[in-house]
Amino acid sequence: MLSEANFEHILAKKYMRTEIMPHAFCPGCGLGIIERIILMAFEELGQEEWEHTVFVSGVGCSGWAPLYFRRDAAHTLHGRALAFATALKVSRPNLNVIVVMGDGDSMGIGGNHLIHAARRNINLTAIIATNMLYSLTGGQMAPTTPEGARTQTTPYGNIEPNFNLMELLKAAGATYLAKWTTYHFIQAKNSIKKAIEHKGFAAVEIVFQCPTFAGRYILGKPDPRDMMQWLKENSIPLSAAKNKSPEELKRKIVIGEYLHRTDRKEYTERLKELEEKARR
Amino acid sequence: MQGDEALVEGSLIAGCRFFAGYPITPATEIAERMSRRMPQVGGIFMQMEDELASIMAIIGASWAGRKAMTATSGPGYSLMQEGLGYAIITEAPIVITDVQRGGPSTGLVTLPSQGDVMQARWGSHGDYAMITLAPSSAQDMFNLTIKSFNLAEQYRNPVVILADEVIAHVREPVKIPPLDEIEIVERRKPDVPPEEYIPYLPNPSEWVTPMPAFGDGYNVLAESVMHDEFGHRIGINHAAAERMIKRLYYKIEKNVEKIAMYEKRYLDDSDIAVVSYGSTARTALRAVREARKLGIKVGLVRLITIWPFYDKLIEEVASQVKAIIVPEMNMGKIVREVERASRGQAKVISVPKVGGVLHHPDDILSTIKMAER
Repeated sequence: MLSEANFEHILAKKYMRTEIMPHAFCPGCGLGIIERIILMAFEELGQEEWEHTVFVSGVGCSGWAPLYFRRDAAHTLHGRALAFATALKVSRPNLNVIVVMGDGDSMGIGGNHLIHAARRNINLTAIIATNMLYSLTGGQMAPTTPEGARTQTTPYGNIEPNFNLMELLKAAGATYLAKWTTYHFIQAKNSIKKAIEHKGFAAVEIVFQCPTFAGRYILGKPDPRDMMQWLKENSIPLSAAKNKSPEELKRKIVIGEYLHRTDRKEYTERLKELEEKARR
Repeated sequence: MQGDEALVEGSLIAGCRFFAGYPITPATEIAERMSRRMPQVGGIFMQMEDELASIMAIIGASWAGRKAMTATSGPGYSLMQEGLGYAIITEAPIVITDVQRGGPSTGLVTLPSQGDVMQARWGSHGDYAMITLAPSSAQDMFNLTIKSFNLAEQYRNPVVILADEVIAHVREPVKIPPLDEIEIVERRKPDVPPEEYIPYLPNPSEWVTPMPAFGDGYNVLAESVMHDEFGHRIGINHAAAERMIKRLYYKIEKNVEKIAMYEKRYLDDSDIAVVSYGSTARTALRAVREARKLGIKVGLVRLITIWPFYDKLIEEVASQVKAIIVPEMNMGKIVREVERASRGQAKVISVPKVGGVLHHPDDILSTIKMAER
């Protein structure tokens, strides 16, 4: 007979705090896939990179994801992960600091910190897991909720347009940007690898399925498999989106690598230069 | 030296190597001087986007192994209550300077107040304990800043330096002793290998555990959710939650005798006591001296540690005198603690002052005369 440990995934055994598993996510939640995408990236980056990595998260379903990794991790406050991570990075520039945030952490309560982290171009990797609403509190409107969608706080349909996160970050000064869904996990893994290796503020948005709330309330698809199918069918590559009108792109997820620039100086390097100047 | 400058130099001697802040009157001079001095000593100064970020940044720096500080005034301090809770539950040593100005809200931007004294104890939600020191001079700004870093490291708790506009801007001589005569407490790091380290389980004889930094290989969790000894969230586990909250509370409150600092003047033969703190204590001392010239037996207790409140000190004073006078630059806040701790043994009289101005010595003197009758 197989022991319970034999059921553990090879990545879980290698990288995760299996003693506190099974984890707290709903059946079919996409955050497990996002955890796997991150670990797949580290399988390729190697043990050395993993040993130099720490995680910071905010509050919400996504905030739990990195706590299962066997690394130093800060489960901070709603929206404040980037402020904590910024100081951590400047204090120990040799560490890879990966910040996992959700819709609210990144674009709601934490929006100010997000644009300023991008403006500084500090060498952080932001993994922004979005699912079209606030799930930990039971399915309320988020800055990513589609217009017209019904949630627990938009019973008559959402009247607010949502943020275009990639354009927002581009304007704010981020230097690596990509957006995928949990369906596109190979591409997402490649982007996360690039984001970690990139010197500057890098953000990878991953749209993931929340069958419990987004599935039931917004899409009418409580089965995670149907939601994955929906993510696949409603995603459109950046190159194809260029020829489409805004009307045609409404409710579409435009996926791809948005930005990779190397012409902006990174913040911790600037700090080092400043220190040399001050000591002279 | 200006009070603010003394505070900055004190913090650098204490080992502070990270400062994050957001400009606010009347605490801006601290950030300005920090921005000049920090990089000279290999430290980091960051001007953050707001106070919510400033306090989270110093907690991040603290978990990265640095001694860290921020400075603000009322409106910024209100915003910091959120992050303060995070420092408390993850037991991150940090120092916060609140240069008090008149409130509520934007209030009296350039004028002094002691209106935040209760906020310094109770400002963040939930149950916890705080350490708060109140400087009365530029020398105090130097000495108590070093003391604050020492207490923060020793108890793994935030420490608030509750200054006010007058003390921050006062210019007076500050004596800096030889560096080898200054006691500096360094952070205790774990002396066991990572497999044996339990981040939130102190030895039975101690209240706090040694603290590794992120990147030291201890795979530590800085968890804002109520957690067990390992830092894992506990969900619904009343006993574990109670254990954690009581430890956070008692690690400060049960050590009040070690933490409490105060100064007694002319108290031995007194039958009236003035209890005061911060810049008000200077005015109170003047009033006490003038009353003594008139033959009134009055003494002064200057509270240097405000929180944890040292009940025993006040109880003893109350048993000796017939009246205790408490002048403060607010509508009467610490007077409630004094009244509680004096257990009805002496009459307690509040001398409130609001509007952004120090008491006139006569305000206190006339109350002393009244109490004597």
